[in-house]
Parts: sequence; structure tokens; C-alpha cells
Amino acid sequence: MSDKLAVRAEAERLFAFFKAGGAEPVDADLLQPAGTLLDLYGEDIRARAYVTQDPDAGEMMLRPDFTVPVVQTHMREGGEPARYTYMGEVFRKQQSGSDRAREYLQVGYEVFDRENPETADAEVFALFAEALSPLGLRAATGDIGVLKAAVGCLSTTERRKAALMRHIWRPRRFRALLDRFTGRVATDPLRLATLAMVAQDGAEAVLERAGPRIGQRSAGDVLRRLNALAEDAAAPAIGRAEAEVLDTILSLRETLPNARNQLRDIAVDLPGLTPALERMERRMEALAQAGVDVAGLPFEASFGRTTMEYYDGFVFGFLAEARPDLPPVATGGRYDALTRVLGRGAEIPAVGGVIRPGLVQILREGLA
Amino acid sequence: MTLKLGVPSKGRLMEKTFDWFAGRGVTMRRTGSDREYAAEVEGADLDLVLLSAGEIPRELQAGRIHLGVTGSDLVRERIPAWEAVVKAMQPMGFGYADLIIAVPAFWVDVNTLEDLDAAAADFRRSHGHRLRIATKYHRLVREFLRDAGVADYQLVDSQGATEGTVKNLTAEAVADITSTGETLRANHLKLLSDGLIHRSQAVLFKSRVAEWSDADRAALEQLSDRLR
Repeated sequence: MSDKLAVRAEAERLFAFFKAGGAEPVDADLLQPAGTLLDLYGEDIRARAYVTQDPDAGEMMLRPDFTVPVVQTHMREGGEPARYTYMGEVFRKQQSGSDRAREYLQVGYEVFDRENPETADAEVFALFAEALSPLGLRAATGDIGVLKAAVGCLSTTERRKAALMRHIWRPRRFRALLDRFTGRVATDPLRLATLAMVAQDGAEAVLERAGPRIGQRSAGDVLRRLNALAEDAAAPAIGRAEAEVLDTILSLRETLPNARNQLRDIAVDLPGLTPALERMERRMEALAQAGVDVAGLPFEASFGRTTMEYYDGFVFGFLAEARPDLPPVATGGRYDALTRVLGRGAEIPAVGGVIRPGLVQILREGLA
Repeated sequence: MTLKLGVPSKGRLMEKTFDWFAGRGVTMRRTGSDREYAAEVEGADLDLVLLSAGEIPRELQAGRIHLGVTGSDLVRERIPAWEAVVKAMQPMGFGYADLIIAVPAFWVDVNTLEDLDAAAADFRRSHGHRLRIATKYHRLVREFLRDAGVADYQLVDSQGATEGTVKNLTAEAVADITSTGETLRANHLKLLSDGLIHRSQAVLFKSRVAEWSDADRAALEQLSDRLR
């Protein structure tokens, strides 16, 4: 059997496995409208997806993932709760010279369930663990919800917290913002000069002197942000102790029970963490009930921070430790935020993941 | 086959290129009528290929020319992983231009990339679409903004008169080449203090992917001695 056929057979096996678990099979178009994907993922998606042009439909992308079309299908016609599985090619541009695959099969499983999110998290993880069990992969887990809660606990302005929340998935910008909010890095002198001028002459006069009001971003937009900047300049810095706690949480790498214990200790002084911690504990119970060895399961608080912006709760991956050259064999997580953006406010709690049968097949050959 | 050198086919870039080589003992001259793209060389074993500066990166990448003179901005923009494809042999000290990000001067709240990012987040919330940046340097701008962690923007293509896009309401900000900043000021735009994406100049590039015969290598070595 050629490699390509062997990979397809592997995909069929996984697809059947998810169907046997009660998931409804779904499919999606290979050509996806670029607008939706750009709106969700921003310009970076252009560096990762193949873009093409249709005379009628405009800019299209070769399907970079199934998540968006599956969520759209569910929103259009799905009842709740729902479980879906799919199998098909996705296309990803790679760096020049890279030998990573530009098109490959994905088999996925997605759960839309409002009632019991932690049980759904555990269900997806346990199912993936079972599907991949013969391969001896290392599991990794994390929880973006804990990071969001940690940011929410900071005793600072809502605007600063919102700025940090927005950049949880861009660690470098997150760090730069935090350094400024803690006073470790000084405020831009140009900003201070502008604020001094505004305090002296009034914002309107400063705007008037600066130039004509051109473009769609209005004088009102500028004035509102000037106000926000003045408030920010007057707000006290985030204390060193608080910033250290946040760093401790961000760099937490432990087994799941140890991580839980550490977070519990932290929550004594930071009661705002408790709801996220309780979700984590409910998930641990659900995982144990689903037969997962929770005691040995690794937890990395920052896992998933650099992958997909819309993972906002439980995240997981399965990695081939003996083959560090390979990308993760499977990844997944909870993406309620994505359904909120796609649904224009109508949120559907959702969790799911994908397996790359091509990698499974490579690892199986290694075992044989 | 002789060593092929691609040079800009007209305008100041061509003149400056000819001057630069002349100053190093290699005389280049357009031949035939004014409209005929042909040229000759004295002082080196070279074939001149007259091309638009914008096409020289592509020709280097395809290996159809061994050497080429073009802007470092164009090479970085048009050749993915350019360092694996071409080698920058010599910066030539002309054709200076900075690729920068500029915003309307009346945005007194925006001086840095951090400001741009925060303004983009607010803009998207209040206007319902991402803040648009007009440019023709898509790759360079996208990579620069990704490294800086700027989000909630989108690039819109502008192949000319980019500074006018803000006034025409087709973009909120621009990323473009400037040498003196005159055009920016005339269009009521200002630079971000940390928005310099690339400082470009004309560079003599060598193609790593062209076929290099022994004769080509020998010719290059001779030429290199002169250029030192």
C-alpha cells in the first residue's frame, strides 16, 4: 500500500472510531470564503493559508482548518447537544525550505454542549487518549481559563486587564504591557508630553494644532483614547508582588494534582482564582471518571498560548517525544470565544480537537 | 555562458548604478536608440541585462541572472527566506528609502506600535472592522507587526499613491517607502517612533541558485577585486 493510501486508511479508522462513539459525520467545502477567516484570525492567517481569487465569490482560502465551517454548520442547523466528526485535507503554507506538509489529512471530533463543559472537556481528551493509546505519546494539558482568571485578579483598571486579556495569545506583547503596567518600563515620553499639553491647553486645542481630521478614525475616537490614556497615567502601577504571582502562574509546569495544589495555595490570597480552580477540579474528576490517569497528567499553564487565539479554556496536545522533529500528533481545546465571534454574540460552548493521521501512520510504522 | 548582471533599465537608479560601477573601473553604456534596451560593458567580462528594478528579485530567484542591482526592500518583500536564495554582496550607498508605518498626524494619542495596537482594538469595536493599513509591502509589514504583537489590523493593497488612501477613506494608516518624509507631511501623516520596518538601499546581490560555471566564478572573482 502506498503511503498516501495507508494514511487514508488510518484516517478512515479514526473517523470510524469517532462515529462509533456517537458522533455525527460532517463535511465542509475545500474553498472557504477568506473574509470570515481573516476577520477571526487576522492578517497572520494569510501567512498560513493559501489564498485564491474567485471572480464572483471574491477572495477564497483553501480550508486551513475545519473548526470554522463546522461551527457554522452547527449554528445553522444543529440541535444541542451535538457531537460531530469529520475527515479531510487541510492546507497550510510552510516557511520556505521547510519539509513540513503543506496539505494533510485531519480527523476531528467536536462537542457542543451547554450543560456540563468540564465533562465534555474530559470526554474529548479521554477519547483522543484512547484513539492514540498504542503510540505511547506524551500528553500535555493546560487551561487558558486559569490565565484569564489570573489576569482578572490583578488589582488594576479594567482597561489594563482587557489589554492583557487580549494579548494572552501574544506572549511578547503581553510581557511588554505587563512591564509597563508594573512600572518596570517607563511610559513613552511622547505620550507624557502629549498628556501634559492636553492638561494645559485642552484636548480639542491639541488636536486642532496637530492637523486636519482625515480618515475613518474620528476625532471622537482620538479624544476617547486620550481620556483613557490620562486615566491610565493616573492609575497606580501593578504591585511587584502581584506581578510575581502572575509570573508564577504563567510558568507553572507540574503534574495536574500538583498544579492544582499550587493554585489552591495561590487562591488563598487571590480568591478571584477560585471559580477557574473549581472548573479545573471538576474537570479532574471528570477525567478520572473517564479513566484518565490524572495523577501523572502534565499541566503547563502556558500551553496553547502561542497556538490558536480562540482557545480560552482547557487545552491539550499529544506529542511524540521520540520524534521532536514532528509537529503535535493531536491538539485540541475549548473555544467558546470563537463561537461567540462567529455567532455575533450567540455563544455555544464548544470543545474539540484534531488528529493528524499522517503522523499516526509514521509512528505506527516506527512501532512495527 | 558569461556572467549575467541585471541592472535597472531606466531612471536615476540606472544612472546611479552606472556611476557606481564606473567609479570602480567598470564602464556601462546604453547602446542603440534611446528606446532599445541594450547595453555594453568595458572593464569586466559581463553581460548586462536591463530590467525593471522590481523584476530583478524574481530573476535572481529564478537563477536567470547571476548578479543583480535592486533595492533591499524589494528582495526582502518578494523572495521568501531571501537569505537562502541571494547573498547581499555590497550595499551601494544610494537609493536610500525607509519602509515605515505612518498614521494621521491628528492622532495625537498614537506615537508607538503599542498605541497603534490599542487604537486598532478600539477601532474594531466601534467601527465593526479591523483597522486598515494600506501597503504594497505585505510580507514585510505583516512579519513586522506579528513580531511586535500588533493585532486587529488588516492590510489593504495599494500599489501607488498610498499616502492618499487615508483621506480617501480606503485605509486608516499606511506602510510605505519614504526618503525625506515630504509626501507624508503633505498628506497630513506622521511616523510612529518605533515604526521603522526596514532601511532600504540599492544592493548588489548574488544569486545562490543560478548555475555558476568555473568561468562565471572566475569572472565574479575578477569583478569582486575591482569592487573592493
